[in-house]
Amino acid sequence: MPELSTDELSRYARHLILPEVGVEGQQKLKAARVLCVGTGGLGSPLLLYLAAAGIGTLGLVDFDVVDASNLQRQIIHSTADLGRKKLDSAAEKLVALNPTVRVVKHETRLTSANALEIFKDYDVVADGTDNFPTRYLVNDACVLSGKPNVYGSIFRFEGQASVFATEEGPCYRCLYPEPPPPGLVPSCAEGGVLGILPGLVGVIQATEVIKLILGKGSSLVGRLLLVDALEMRFREMKVSKDPECPVCGANRTVTRLIDYQQFCGIGPETKAGEKNGIPQISVRELKRRKDAGEEYFHLDVREPFEYQIAEIGGVLIPQNEVLGRLGEIPRDREVVVQCKGGGRSQKIAELLKAQGYERVVNLAGGILAWSEEIDAGVRKY
Amino acid sequence: MTIVIPTPLRVFTGGKDSLDVAAGTIAGALEELTTVYPDLRKHLFRAEGKMRAFVNIYLNDEDMRYLPEKEATAVKASDTLSIIPSIAGGVA
Repeated sequence: MPELSTDELSRYARHLILPEVGVEGQQKLKAARVLCVGTGGLGSPLLLYLAAAGIGTLGLVDFDVVDASNLQRQIIHSTADLGRKKLDSAAEKLVALNPTVRVVKHETRLTSANALEIFKDYDVVADGTDNFPTRYLVNDACVLSGKPNVYGSIFRFEGQASVFATEEGPCYRCLYPEPPPPGLVPSCAEGGVLGILPGLVGVIQATEVIKLILGKGSSLVGRLLLVDALEMRFREMKVSKDPECPVCGANRTVTRLIDYQQFCGIGPETKAGEKNGIPQISVRELKRRKDAGEEYFHLDVREPFEYQIAEIGGVLIPQNEVLGRLGEIPRDREVVVQCKGGGRSQKIAELLKAQGYERVVNLAGGILAWSEEIDAGVRKY
Repeated sequence: MTIVIPTPLRVFTGGKDSLDVAAGTIAGALEELTTVYPDLRKHLFRAEGKMRAFVNIYLNDEDMRYLPEKEATAVKASDTLSIIPSIAGGVA
């Protein structure tokens, strides 16, 4: 066990007097190596508290840069960090908070090719990711490498937390064997998220990480903690180990990392100009059709506040209302779906196709591309 | 019994977060729920009627999949049925 310096003894004084931590516990924390996948909403509070608590080695995985829309919840980054790499911004704050922490930066997207290699140098992995493919990847890599997966997830006002992939406990796939098909569950970018919520959930994850390292208390293994910030209600559900689980069950079929994009139904572009079976049209093509007076239905699936900032002649039906308002979308004409950048509209286009619409196309690049290439007078936001 | 509807599915219930139903079994309660809110059906069940794998149903704090009688489990008026879908968070 690493010795604690005089400085460390005073820094961790409030830990050292806790019987559950003490000098030995603090030494365990110092010896511990924790990997946090993602330095965003969940990663921010998680990492700050782990650094403050004296975790010896903190690994960070991220490839993103700080964007203005992150600052409402990603408290490890500041206004001055806009445009900087999240890794650099986060590492700087952690070292400023606690210079004794060794921060290891993994500037990459976590993939099936690199996950096991990155995980092998850590004792615990915290999942602060934001999408289904990476969550299944983190889980499977944790099971395969025998590292606990401290899980947290958020949506709007609701959060989930648990500890997966311990030796005896269930894994994420025991809870959810399959991801939802793309387009069925909106992301935070589309559904929004209360800025404080990842704070709540990330701190729960940090607590579980510390407890796992100390070996104290009752961990969330086998329990799914549900947080409803709007009602301020915490509930918990039992999570059982699925004997049939393809990753951690007795007759496992997944023995190495797979293609998680494919697993989550996010196909590669099938052919030129098509994505998941949806033809992509450019803003120039839309402009041509518009000018030629061609018949089509232009559906704008953004939120009303976005429509107020800028619009390009589409009929506004916010994405979450589309299913309930199919009657307003004609089936006898081609439907051109548009959003801000082309992501939400792609999902809605897939949804419409699944609802039996035969001619649905996605406007690639959305209103931003329109502003760039067709009409600079359309306000960007 | 009370059925608790999670945030992601409230777009199909006109924003309502719970529904009280009179039912004898879990299956009966879900039938009642999807009769009141038909749009929910395809989010909970596959075309052949099987529960979707990314939605879990809990009777109080027990996962329905591990109850001996599963959907046929008897329910009481004081029970709570929770729909817990998987959420990922983040950016598209």
